[in-house]
Amino acid sequence: MAGVTGAMRRRGWSAARLAPIVVLLAAWEILSRSGAVTPFMLPAPSAVAERIYDDALGGGLFINIGVTLYRALVGFAIAAVGGVVLGTAMARNAAARWFFDPVISVGFPMPKIAFLPVVILWLGLYDVSKITMVVLDAIFPVVTATIAGIASVEKELLWSARNMGAKDREMLWQILLPAALPQILTGLQVALPIALIVVVVAEMQMGGYGLGAAMMQASRFANSRGVFAGIVEIAVIGYVPVAAMATLRRRLLAWHQEAQEGV
Amino acid sequence: MSNPLVPKALASSIVARYAPLLILALAWEAASRLHLVSSLALPPLTDVALAWGELVQSGELVTNGLSSLYRAGAGLALAIIVGGALGIFMAISRPTNAMLGPLVELFYPMPKSALIPVTVLWLGFGDGSKILLIFLGCMLPVTIGAYNGARGSDRHLIWSARSMGAHRLRMIWDVMVPSALPELLNGVRTALALSFILLVSSELIVARQGFGYLIGYLGANGSYEAMFAVVLTVAFIGFLADRIYQSMVARVLRWRE
Repeated sequence: MAGVTGAMRRRGWSAARLAPIVVLLAAWEILSRSGAVTPFMLPAPSAVAERIYDDALGGGLFINIGVTLYRALVGFAIAAVGGVVLGTAMARNAAARWFFDPVISVGFPMPKIAFLPVVILWLGLYDVSKITMVVLDAIFPVVTATIAGIASVEKELLWSARNMGAKDREMLWQILLPAALPQILTGLQVALPIALIVVVVAEMQMGGYGLGAAMMQASRFANSRGVFAGIVEIAVIGYVPVAAMATLRRRLLAWHQEAQEGV
Repeated sequence: MSNPLVPKALASSIVARYAPLLILALAWEAASRLHLVSSLALPPLTDVALAWGELVQSGELVTNGLSSLYRAGAGLALAIIVGGALGIFMAISRPTNAMLGPLVELFYPMPKSALIPVTVLWLGFGDGSKILLIFLGCMLPVTIGAYNGARGSDRHLIWSARSMGAHRLRMIWDVMVPSALPELLNGVRTALALSFILLVSSELIVARQGFGYLIGYLGANGSYEAMFAVVLTVAFIGFLADRIYQSMVARVLRWRE
């Protein structure tokens, strides 16, 4: 997936690529104005835009965006660091591998979201429980990607580094992690959308501030404009970090053959 | 003579491999039995097992479970059929790709859980809204997998199939689908994991039946042993589904070796 969307993005947002989106918006506007569906089922995009504008003027939109992004990104950062550390430990240390391997291989495919009520029970309704949920879900792809990345480092590279007298610490920072970076980044690219999905669900379930909570509130009051405004806001908030991550990957891997192959 | 030994060796290697999980389970039991943590926050594992037995006997677990599995299965089946077809058509037809490509790219990173309230608005609290949610949420990973796989299929194979007079549809079915299969199946695996996430989230938030509903209901009533029992059941089913899927994939792709 990274390959295709990456190649797509490199071509930039030309007019030809924006056209289908404009057509979709126009079709949506026409459909909702035609009376074929009620405005409750499908409010017109202009009405949704108006609602988003009002939210922004009131300032509530920015608080909610800030809170949601804060929870998602803090959780993601903890999962990223923790996942790389745990993955490295498992790749380098037999005892760590023995203990965590079954935990990871059983835990990865589990729907961790089912633990949401348990986490609420333990940690309450505020930021800590939401961030914990994000970490719990986002850490697994990072761990498995780190292990796979380190395992696939060429043996010749390790031997020659050892031969030249590299110490363990130097081996890790200068050889293993840089060589494993492409796969680690892939793991992070899998983990980031998961973090955003989970934060939205946790907010919907727990209420308070945040885009998910605001959307759920609108839904409880059968305010369909609010619900659709929420979808647009969450879609944008989901798109920006994922696009930023893809850009970061290209920057970080400029030295790697992946970038030089020229898709 | 050596035959009966094989399963025994296998069993003992499985025990050795999963010993850490056993240790964790024992630690759990000990922590709550010795009151290191409140038994409200973490009921002993044995109590959870008893509660599980009761839930099975009363039929609650089975009825709610079947309704959850029906929703996930139906949504996922729709996502695979529609998403797979879409991806393959995007790969063979340039206009389709120009039209749908930007939309796929726009919607793919969207946190799919945002669709939960909308599907409820459209279809209410029942099965329909969950199936629609899982269908919409799981479709794009399958589409992207099918697209990548079909686009990468060998041009020479396609040309030779064409030159041997293969029909267009026949060519798609006999040449493109098999060569797209590995990536397509990978996309389906992502979709499978997503379907469980979306199922449980939507049932936790708005439902009157299903695993997620049962978890929320038991938690709200303070029956934490039973809540833990359902949480572990869902987690186990998610794990099992992935394992079964992977062994199925290994079988399907055996011809490639």
